[in-house]
Amino acid sequence: MKLSLSDATLARFAQEVAKFPADQKQSAVMACLAILQQEQGWVSPEGEQAVADVLGMPVMAVHEVTTFYNMYNQKPVGRFKLNVCTNLPCQLRGGQQALEHLEKKLGVSVGGTTADGVFTLQPSECQGACADAPVMLVNDRHMCSFMSHDKLDQLIDSLRTAQA
Amino acid sequence: MNVEQILSQFQATGLETCFHDRHINAQIYAGLNGRNWSLKDYEARGGYSALRKILGRDGGEGLTQDQVIATVKESGLRGRGGAGFPTGLKWSFMPRQFPGQKYLVCNSDEGEPGTCKDRDIMMYNPHIVIEGMAIAAYAMGISVGYNYIHGEIFQVYERFQAALEEARAAGYLGDGIMGSSFNFQLHASHGFGAYICGEETALLESLEGKKGQPRFKPPFPASFGLYGKPTTINNTETFAAVPWIIRNGGQAYLECGKPNNGGTKIFSVSGDVERPGNYEIPMGTPFAKLLELCGGVRAGRQLKAVIPGGSSSPVIPGQLMMDLTMDYDSIAKEGGSMLGSGAVIVMDDTRCMVKSLQRLSYFYAHESCGQCTPCREGTGWLSRVVDRIENGQGREADLALLDNVAGNIMGRTICALGDAAAMPVRGMLKHYRHEFEHHIAHKTCMVGAYA
Repeated sequence: MKLSLSDATLARFAQEVAKFPADQKQSAVMACLAILQQEQGWVSPEGEQAVADVLGMPVMAVHEVTTFYNMYNQKPVGRFKLNVCTNLPCQLRGGQQALEHLEKKLGVSVGGTTADGVFTLQPSECQGACADAPVMLVNDRHMCSFMSHDKLDQLIDSLRTAQA
Repeated sequence: MNVEQILSQFQATGLETCFHDRHINAQIYAGLNGRNWSLKDYEARGGYSALRKILGRDGGEGLTQDQVIATVKESGLRGRGGAGFPTGLKWSFMPRQFPGQKYLVCNSDEGEPGTCKDRDIMMYNPHIVIEGMAIAAYAMGISVGYNYIHGEIFQVYERFQAALEEARAAGYLGDGIMGSSFNFQLHASHGFGAYICGEETALLESLEGKKGQPRFKPPFPASFGLYGKPTTINNTETFAAVPWIIRNGGQAYLECGKPNNGGTKIFSVSGDVERPGNYEIPMGTPFAKLLELCGGVRAGRQLKAVIPGGSSSPVIPGQLMMDLTMDYDSIAKEGGSMLGSGAVIVMDDTRCMVKSLQRLSYFYAHESCGQCTPCREGTGWLSRVVDRIENGQGREADLALLDNVAGNIMGRTICALGDAAAMPVRGMLKHYRHEFEHHIAHKTCMVGAYA
């Protein structure tokens, strides 16, 4: 099925394309895929095709980008995707424990999505906020710092309430 | 509360990492409070006066391109991204007379485990990067630039975009900057989760809209860079150092640090210290002083080991580290490691080095781009062997095997990720071999509980 993009989405794409030389539209592919993910929750094959059409590039070249970078969701995720950093600097300050705490709290194992489809829990590599450890990224665009167990509980409970 | 409001409650404020009074002679972080990032505030701190000066818009004669490059050479500024290459020299490699388009790129793909300094620069003082890039562009005759920002720090990317808008509106970017004939268009771009894109040619591939696999060098970016055009790439902190150098002179900058190691440097200190954070201090400051600024090792614990320059740099035992100073030469020549990006990962006496290496080796295996066989296969091999040692399934021959695999990666790959994976392994085996031997012989850890 063909995905038709809204004018608003196309306008956001155009802003990204405008940053690059006219014959280098492909440079906007990362940003366009990120926008698509923000709006649709993941990058579907139809989404890749739509981006390829807008940027005038082979869909396989778009797929290469989707599959190379860690943050693109190649399948649907929950309403909130939680990425907890477990790299060494975070591990030294409880990153692994934060991940395990969320496993218990949400009742899912790492990589899983809660039955109600609200949360997906994933580990991540370095997010570049090591002095704020433990850190967690919510839906790619919101970094949460100093995530003690108390703050994790508070965040999850608030998001659940807001979602309900 | 809506979702945005909820999430914003957990956003970093910079209070702990940046707006403390424990910097020494700060230049880049000086006078910041989290609210004064905008153009007006930056101008009030003397911002854009260096750009004004080189363009001769401050009543003076201005500086020629050669004069700007000579000043940066004189300053002793070395690349802050990890390699420590002399910045002025790099700028002199740009073929200024090249008739086609040339590009300037800022590497803000800050993903070296331990590093978070560029994030605080761009979030709380974004215009210093813009001004530094504009000066660099002027010096090398470049009219278009990109700042490629780590995908995980999206709020920083948005902040930098907002600063770009301000700079354009004020005439610091665009055509005919401050009434001169100098044109410079600058844009922000973002990654989306790939450590390898911090490697400069992988970054260029990514900026071209491809998977980020490094290019063979030579040709170097100065002759074949973005879209095949001459390109200069510097780290965020490197650009941020430039306005101060132009305002105060190369000699003054050099005098802030020590010979061959000019200026201040921002160190991201993480791990087992009381106050993790970013600390801007003069090059050559004793590590002991830096540790003191961080409130020392966590209460009740002793310093065991320090990874001094990001996860790729070989570990240094605490005792030796206490005798070193924080500059390229001391860490390399006396410590046998690298200053790298200035990410100081501190580990205390409750830490097991096998477990620490296990996590790092997993990281490199996960982030290898797969292009070169020694790295693609070798990083996985290292990770699996360290894994089994940690899990009590190590074999007697494993340490020789680790050394052998590391040796067969080093120097045999297109980019430095292979070396970056191998060096921590060799560093750990050099200084903490007994811990690995204990794990293999006794199937358990000798350090005790991993806190």
